[in-house]
Amino acid sequence: MSVQIWTFVFVFLTFGLYVGIAVWSRAGSTSDFYVAGGGVPPLANGMATAADWMSAASFISMAGLISFLGRDGTFYLMGWTGGYVLLALLLAPYLRKFGKFTVPDFIGDRYYSRMARLIAVFCAISISFVYVCGQMQGAGIVFSRFLEVDITTGVVIGMAIVFFYAVLGGMKGITYTQVAQYCVLIFAFMVPAIFISILMTGVPIPQIGFGAELTDAFGGGYLLDRLDGMSEELGFAVYTEGQRSTQDVFFITAALMFGTAGLPHVIIRFFTVPNVRDARRSAGFALIFIAILYTTAPAVAAFARTNLINTVNNAEYAAMPEWFSKWETTNLISFNDKNGDGRIQYVGDPEVNELEVNRDIMVLANPEIANLPNWVVALVAAGALAAALSTAAGLLLVISTSVAHDLMKRSFMPSISEKQELLYARVAIFIAVLVAGYVGLNPPAYVAQVVAYAFGLAAASFFPAIVLGIFQKRMNKHGAIAGMLSGFLFTAGYIVYFKSLNPTLDNAQGWLLGISPEGIGTFGTLINLAVAWLIASFTPEPPQDVQAIVEEIRLPGEAIQR
Amino acid sequence: MSDKNALEYWKSNIRIVLSLLFVWFFISFGCGILLVNILDEIRVGGFKLGFWIAQQGAIFVFVILVYVYIYLMDKLDDAYNLNRDKAKSVDSVEEAR
Repeated sequence: MSVQIWTFVFVFLTFGLYVGIAVWSRAGSTSDFYVAGGGVPPLANGMATAADWMSAASFISMAGLISFLGRDGTFYLMGWTGGYVLLALLLAPYLRKFGKFTVPDFIGDRYYSRMARLIAVFCAISISFVYVCGQMQGAGIVFSRFLEVDITTGVVIGMAIVFFYAVLGGMKGITYTQVAQYCVLIFAFMVPAIFISILMTGVPIPQIGFGAELTDAFGGGYLLDRLDGMSEELGFAVYTEGQRSTQDVFFITAALMFGTAGLPHVIIRFFTVPNVRDARRSAGFALIFIAILYTTAPAVAAFARTNLINTVNNAEYAAMPEWFSKWETTNLISFNDKNGDGRIQYVGDPEVNELEVNRDIMVLANPEIANLPNWVVALVAAGALAAALSTAAGLLLVISTSVAHDLMKRSFMPSISEKQELLYARVAIFIAVLVAGYVGLNPPAYVAQVVAYAFGLAAASFFPAIVLGIFQKRMNKHGAIAGMLSGFLFTAGYIVYFKSLNPTLDNAQGWLLGISPEGIGTFGTLINLAVAWLIASFTPEPPQDVQAIVEEIRLPGEAIQR
Repeated sequence: MSDKNALEYWKSNIRIVLSLLFVWFFISFGCGILLVNILDEIRVGGFKLGFWIAQQGAIFVFVILVYVYIYLMDKLDDAYNLNRDKAKSVDSVEEAR
């Protein structure tokens, strides 16, 4: 069977599965809709968190980015996993004890202020929205390449599926669909990785193959030594050495870690487990499930890079395999025969180099480059869709709960009944799906990077406000509000300044202290903390009942009854 | 639970969190970023040590840290008799429904 038929089969089967789960787990109450009734077992929540968390960026783009960044790609690997340590130790258990529905709920109650709640709603919606754009574009790439439908049809199909199970099932539907999606995506990521590891090194575990010797067919020697050698020979940066400044790598890693711990769609997953112990446990499961992919990704990156160079460099253009021309038609690979010799020169020097490869396609094209069976190639497409859709659904839920619960019920229309609130939540998801679909069809440039900025914004706004809310009883609404505003505005301003207003300055010389816009969220976090602490120190302390809440959430046990 | 006990529990909790975060910082920002070039002088099989910690080793340590945290906190909760909802923990999808 051809790749296309296999892809249709996998996509059809997996989508059918998601819809089936959605029908089985319909939401009946707002509690079902927002937090799946608070009854999700930790193992299931761990899987759902992992699927929620691992987006199109993790599945499609990350290994590709690393294969071009070499050691500098480390900030994605450590940043996107190290944040779970912060989440598990500093946030998850306490937020579960607090026992509400959303992140703005916590901010609003802890800082006893409608203003704080509204700022949190604004931050949650803008962060989730920036993030959801990337998911839709990822789904679009997969559809257009593997099903050969145009991107519009692809995005519409994706939106329809997400819409169906998110509106019907809310958090309950999304949770159990995400469990299925985790299984699909991890299988789809691991199978080709294992195949390629066996092919290139004879070791079936990619994590070990990463440091093993290549088989004779690939020229022998340690994989990484060979990759370093080839890179140097062709004028690329040496793979295992860093190019970016140490402080920039440091700041980007920290921004991704703090951001991970501050992302509302990840945090709300910990509201769905029965109690504090289960919140800790599900953070552990989530990190294990994520680590399976994240320790495989750098191996895939190195395999793919080696394989790509081996296949294309100095090869005859006319003799390129089928995948090459297929990706050429999507403009994600382009070849320009500058010296007219009919061969592909793939080298570091931009004057001589004739091949441009989009980083996003490395994972998708990898099985084809390695000549794996058609069903494996198709499996990757289904996995990428699972990753994109699961994350999109989680993000849409945050947008919907922020509107229906925080904006309507808790701020402006407290008198609405539960039934009405549920209706508003569903309408909000409907509108969010439409807007996300529109953005997916008309993506702003560099969506993969835009996702990285969502982390900076989450790091600079939510993370400090929540951590201070738990660990600093004296922190009051004045400090928290001033901190969130200054952190968010500084970070957003810095990014907009370098990306839109003054892009010519967007280089290591132009940046503040050599910190790129990707890493500036760390600075925003520090500003947030400093401003919050300063303002809180000369404004009145929070009321007694709020201080009592803080003491309550520090102890595990029954959720607070108020 | 008395206020005094609650305070002691919280202090032990902070101690556990801080010591684990110290390891977290040391392995990721310390070994994986600041000291990476020095550690790269050491080779383990096909890996330079610094590169390996940065791209894989740190992630394994993160997993271990979270599980050490779960273990220590469970012990602490038991010591302060805070496990009253342990029995209500749900272990399978079926029970949760």
